[in-house]
Amino acid sequence: MRRVVLAIVTTVTSLVLLLSFKTHATSSLATPPAASATTGNTTGTSAAGSTSGSTSGSSTGTRTVTGDTIDTRFGPVQVKVTVTNGKVSSVNAIDYPMNDPRDQQINSYAIPVLNQEATQAGNANIDMVSGATFTSEGYLQSLQSALNKI
Amino acid sequence: MLTTTADRERTLHVEHCMGTVFTIDIRDAGQWTGAVCDVVGWLHRIDRIFSTYRPDSDISRIRRRDMQVADADRDVADVLDLCVQMHRETAGFFSALWSGQLDPTGLVKGWAIERAAELLRMHGSRNHAVSGGGDVQLAGQAAAGRPWRVGISDPHDRGRVLSVVTGRDFAVATSGNAERGDHVLNPFTAALPRDLASVTVVGPSLTRADCYATAAFAMGANATAWLEAQPGHEGLVVSATGSVTSTTGWTGGPMQDPQE
Repeated sequence: MRRVVLAIVTTVTSLVLLLSFKTHATSSLATPPAASATTGNTTGTSAAGSTSGSTSGSSTGTRTVTGDTIDTRFGPVQVKVTVTNGKVSSVNAIDYPMNDPRDQQINSYAIPVLNQEATQAGNANIDMVSGATFTSEGYLQSLQSALNKI
Repeated sequence: MLTTTADRERTLHVEHCMGTVFTIDIRDAGQWTGAVCDVVGWLHRIDRIFSTYRPDSDISRIRRRDMQVADADRDVADVLDLCVQMHRETAGFFSALWSGQLDPTGLVKGWAIERAAELLRMHGSRNHAVSGGGDVQLAGQAAAGRPWRVGISDPHDRGRVLSVVTGRDFAVATSGNAERGDHVLNPFTAALPRDLASVTVVGPSLTRADCYATAAFAMGANATAWLEAQPGHEGLVVSATGSVTSTTGWTGGPMQDPQE
């Protein structure tokens, strides 16, 4: 039986800035080992690649890759991926719908949360986010098209 | 073409499936294209079998009485067994029946993610995370000597992290009603739970953590006390008014920023 130690650190900070976390306390708790049988046949599937968009910067050091502009029913969505020494260091939405107040409300949290999911490589503080997420299909498509070009 | 970014240390893949975004994040060096293909195929296969939006899925056919569970994909019986087990463990607050209709959707995503992580392990990966729609199963560590860190998003302000869970080999699930429409009901009253904004559960298995989070959310005011009684699990509960409570194992005291 493996003893799993979870140190749970309380913080309040910004997902977008992801700079400093203040540790309140840590503790440990024992959890039983995860046991699950795995079976099942799997088949590979593929996602559509994309060839448009633009890439700038040199292949070493820092460069940026811009995804396609995806038209959604709320408006255009486009993301820019920054690659530093071959690793994704940030993902930013450079164009997303802000016209409708409801869109604004959705995007004000959807984009940072999705950014966080996509920028784990360059972030030493948080690897993953748990929270009920609103996901934007346009954001994802543009992100995929940018990742295809890295 | 797979939309995978890979370098020597890490392979990252983002996949759209089941109406949400899945992230496969492998922190072992090497070439993991085959493993990622298997996981992506697995997720889409589960969507085809369990989607209530696809008229040709096994679940839709069973609902129409076009198919018996015994004739369906064998994963259907496994999932329905798990639903019964979770129903029992949560005193009926987790339910695979919605308006009298069979709907195991509440269990399938977390279970599929846990099994996806198991697939990666079978491919030889020891350090990885699989997330989908804000729920995550993690194995090993994020980097040599560095445990995984999972931020818990504040349901009242998505740009803020309420708490960070660090560790090896664990799962984190969050349930709420705010973000993707109202999708959790109290199975006894059929009412929308109004007391809480979100419930996060940490445990070894995402299937169970996810069901516990959903059940605790439906319990409302009793969520923290119920989670306290679940061995091997810790919970963080955010009320509709913004107050935060947690189980005693989730230390750190009140979840307020001392500077505020």
